[in-house]
Amino acid sequence: MQFMLLFSRQGKLRLQKWYVPLSDKEKKKITRELVQTVLARKPKMCSFLEWRDLKVVYKRYASLYFCCAIEDQDNELITLEIIHRYVELLDKYFGSVCELDIIFNFEKAYFILDEFLLGGEAQETSKKNVLKAIEQADLLQETKEQKVKLSILH
Amino acid sequence: MQHYGCRQPLNSKEEENPPTCMERSPTQLCCRLARDVTGISKMPAVSKGDGMRGLAVFISDIRNCKSKEAEVKRINKELANIRSKFKGDKALDGYSKKKYVCKLLFIFLLGHDIDFGHMEAVNLLSSNKYTEKQIGYLFISVLVNSNSDLISLINNGIKNDLASRNPTFMNLALHCIANVGSREMAEAFASQIPSILVAGDTMDSVKQSAALCLLRLNRTSPDLVPMGEWTARVVHLLNDQHLGVVTAAASLITTLAQKSPEDFKTSISLAVARLSRIVTSASIDLQDYTYYFVAAPWLSVKLLRLLQCYPPPEDAALRSRLTECLETILNKAQEPPKSKKVQHSNAKNAVLFEAIALIIHHDSEPTLLVRACNQLGQFLQHRETNLRYLALESMCTLASSEFSHEAVKTHIDTVINALKTERDVSVRQRAVDLLYAMCDRSNAKQIVAEMLSYLENADYSIREEMVLKVAILAEKYAVDYTWYVDTILNLIRIAGDYVSEEVWYRVIQIVINQDDVQGYAAKTVFEALQAPACHENLVKVGGYILGEFGNLIAGDSRSSPLVQFNLLHSKFHLCSVPTRALLLSAYIKFINLFPEVKATIQDVLRSDSQLRNADVELQQRAIEYLRLSCIASTDILATVLEEMPPFPERESSILAKLKKKKGPGNLPDIDDTRWNVNGSAEHSEDTESTNKVTPHHPFTDLLNLNSTPSAGASLLVDVLSDISTPAPITVSEDNFSRFVCKNNGVIYEDQLLQIGLKAEYRQNLGRIYVFYGNKTSTQFLSFSSSVTSSDTLKTHILSTAVDPTVDGGAQLQQVVNIECLSDFTDAPVLDIQFRYGGTLQKIAVKLPVMLNKFFQPTEMTSQDFFQRWKQLGVPQQEVQTIFKAQHPMDTDVTNAKILGFGVALLIGVDPNPANFVGAGVIHTKNTQVGCLLRLEPNTQAQMYRLTLRTSRESVSQRLCDLLSDQF
Repeated sequence: MQFMLLFSRQGKLRLQKWYVPLSDKEKKKITRELVQTVLARKPKMCSFLEWRDLKVVYKRYASLYFCCAIEDQDNELITLEIIHRYVELLDKYFGSVCELDIIFNFEKAYFILDEFLLGGEAQETSKKNVLKAIEQADLLQETKEQKVKLSILH
Repeated sequence: MQHYGCRQPLNSKEEENPPTCMERSPTQLCCRLARDVTGISKMPAVSKGDGMRGLAVFISDIRNCKSKEAEVKRINKELANIRSKFKGDKALDGYSKKKYVCKLLFIFLLGHDIDFGHMEAVNLLSSNKYTEKQIGYLFISVLVNSNSDLISLINNGIKNDLASRNPTFMNLALHCIANVGSREMAEAFASQIPSILVAGDTMDSVKQSAALCLLRLNRTSPDLVPMGEWTARVVHLLNDQHLGVVTAAASLITTLAQKSPEDFKTSISLAVARLSRIVTSASIDLQDYTYYFVAAPWLSVKLLRLLQCYPPPEDAALRSRLTECLETILNKAQEPPKSKKVQHSNAKNAVLFEAIALIIHHDSEPTLLVRACNQLGQFLQHRETNLRYLALESMCTLASSEFSHEAVKTHIDTVINALKTERDVSVRQRAVDLLYAMCDRSNAKQIVAEMLSYLENADYSIREEMVLKVAILAEKYAVDYTWYVDTILNLIRIAGDYVSEEVWYRVIQIVINQDDVQGYAAKTVFEALQAPACHENLVKVGGYILGEFGNLIAGDSRSSPLVQFNLLHSKFHLCSVPTRALLLSAYIKFINLFPEVKATIQDVLRSDSQLRNADVELQQRAIEYLRLSCIASTDILATVLEEMPPFPERESSILAKLKKKKGPGNLPDIDDTRWNVNGSAEHSEDTESTNKVTPHHPFTDLLNLNSTPSAGASLLVDVLSDISTPAPITVSEDNFSRFVCKNNGVIYEDQLLQIGLKAEYRQNLGRIYVFYGNKTSTQFLSFSSSVTSSDTLKTHILSTAVDPTVDGGAQLQQVVNIECLSDFTDAPVLDIQFRYGGTLQKIAVKLPVMLNKFFQPTEMTSQDFFQRWKQLGVPQQEVQTIFKAQHPMDTDVTNAKILGFGVALLIGVDPNPANFVGAGVIHTKNTQVGCLLRLEPNTQAQMYRLTLRTSRESVSQRLCDLLSDQF
């Protein structure tokens, strides 16, 4: 996978993850073009399109579009399910995720993505394992903060 | 009302099922969004981990901004605040630092530039608190900056975390390396990560991160990832207990195996074994790795992908085990679905399509290929658009296999139907591709006809490509050329605007080369031109063909010469300048073909609108053609305006264009042996000389014959030649000898690139300015150059930092410094490489650095000259040659050449004033060599005698060789 973009129906970019080295200028150009292309498509159209020399796989969840660019050899359907699994992970973590969760906790959205995908490839496809890793980290931080509070108290 | 502005995106099927947690999420998203839209903005309830209140407030503020200006204002205020906090005297605690860095990150992700905060992020990264570290890493990963002092600090932090033995810290560090993936990181860590990956005591999650981290580094800097003992152990990760580790490792191994398949051959048997276990497992066996009742779909796809790096296994047992796996996957496609969820069918079909890709890749099991084809045939009529799209795409590759080509063909009606009925243009595009791929002689007429009829209403975005495809198929499978001519004329009629020059050039070439179709072509274009509004491209084809072959239909009174002329001329005023120029040429051809219309045409040429046309080209043609028709005898006219000779056989420029458009990889193989529509190739020489008869023969430049290997065509040649074993490039020295007596000029030129030189020399040093001009309108990528020379010549490219891209039409300058150590013969060679339109171009040019460039002229008297001349009397010191003059013997020119050669021209030294005498010293680092020369012309015999005397035999010989070539 070369990159993943999350954007709203209004075309606002909510999350961007690039797995190939590109300049900021190029990233902005690609984003603009792709958001426009995808938003122009009608609901019942197929989830794949040829774009430049890449294949674009996208799916809409409520107000958010999840959009991945993959290479010629990559598998479109499994990419579609990568998107779905990511949505499931967000949903489980936030408890019925909505666009606002991703806006206000954008850093968490990135952390979850890093546990799931790395270098553009699936790292851990088990939902349980990914969430375990994230929750462990949350726990780690909470206990530490409690410790700090304790030390202030005493 | 809460659902205002929302649409349920998931299909109705899912609504029928009781929603699970995931299914509810979109609905939730709707409600929350609805609140959002109606202005009841609410903080999200979730505040997992640590809520950074300040951050949430800031984000709310931004969201409440009514305009872009307000947002920018709010952001600038915040940036000023953060800046002052960072600069302030009071040391910030970790939490505040984290909060501010997070705000900066948010601002950056909104699309604004951030130029500070990196240092604070680096501080966070070395914090002991997990969340601070995490935010630090996130900031660095997103805002990579090649700021050198920071890189070493960042790398230091990463190093500590990698060594910490704390798996969460190690994972953060590995994620950061994988996300940034820069060369600096590869240099620092590429050698360390393999050992983390294969160490026995590494945690599974760290192994997973390490594997994919290595994959990323291998993609960006493969040269820095050392191969070694670890590679064998990585392969064994395919046997790991933990399926997550296997999944990550499978990706890594696939990437590595693509580059060096031999080293990872052992992975084949392990991958087959693993795959076999997965496909035969019950769906619950794999617990959390089962996805909607499909066992480990991601891993299955990856294993199947890995196997596509290799040919079918040689070992019979292994091979049959793999075949069993593939059959099982194909069988499962026929089983009733275990769930109605789209996720179930997607995951299952993802594995199926990857299995079919492997079957096509192996291209060796006819039964599997036919089964795959039948399966795809079912999908062609599936109600899921996605599946129809993928089936069309996958069948395209299947069509090129000899085993399945016939099976694919049986689906022609379905595919044609898809072209007519699919509502999504991307699906229709796939249908066009498949029709193109499945076309052969047996169905060409049907497919071309369907494509033509579709073209009438086709989407603008795919018209040009379709036109090219129709043109290629029509030519490739033409049994009779009348059909071909009809098809192309139809193409121009239906989609004239999209018919590129290549297409109509091609139809003219073919008509000229095929005697039996010329009469038909003339008749057909004549009829087509009758239409009141016809496309300009048709006027071009019509003008050309009637100009050549109008005589073949002139016998019919309905198409008499005058009728033909009037018909063409009725279009003249509506056409653009190039077309009018072409028509003028057709008129002069008419004067030759039909003497009876000569007067009429002369009147037209004589009119003010022609003779005084504002366009120079039209005016010149009108004047010249008019003169030609007035003064030339019939015989001369007949010779000058003779029928065009057949075109030399060459690659179809249309195919080249399509390849260029699609990129070489995306086009199904074309059987080149079938491209024999052209006439014989023997006439290429004659063609050129015939064309030269008329001062500017319009047809020559029209067809672009002399520059045939235009960008497109040469691209095609490159594409077709075997790239893996490039022929040795010949060093171009065409213009080399022109530089013996001068220092500036063009040393190399082809269709893409022009190389100009400007050189200056002083004593034993030289400097050459090299100018690379991109003649195309496309960028050259990965441009690089190097100079190689013999030991006696030291060359050094000064401006090494040549920009790797050269824009279309732009020029790039480079400076080469040269030092001459001792006398030499071999010139340095300039090697250039760049990518143009996806193909690697390699050019080698001999740089015109010759011994005489290091001459310093020496003035001397007649007495001195002859004294030294006698001193250099040893036979080896003198080299003499007698040669015939190649150029007119002009004294001034010769003087200039001798001066240009670098010696002083000594006047009044030689008793015979007709002779030329020169003297100079060659400077090398090691020695200096004095040199005297004498050139004696014999104008009667048109001969020269050249004598050189120097203290060194090799120098005398070399200088004599160089100079004797110049007169």
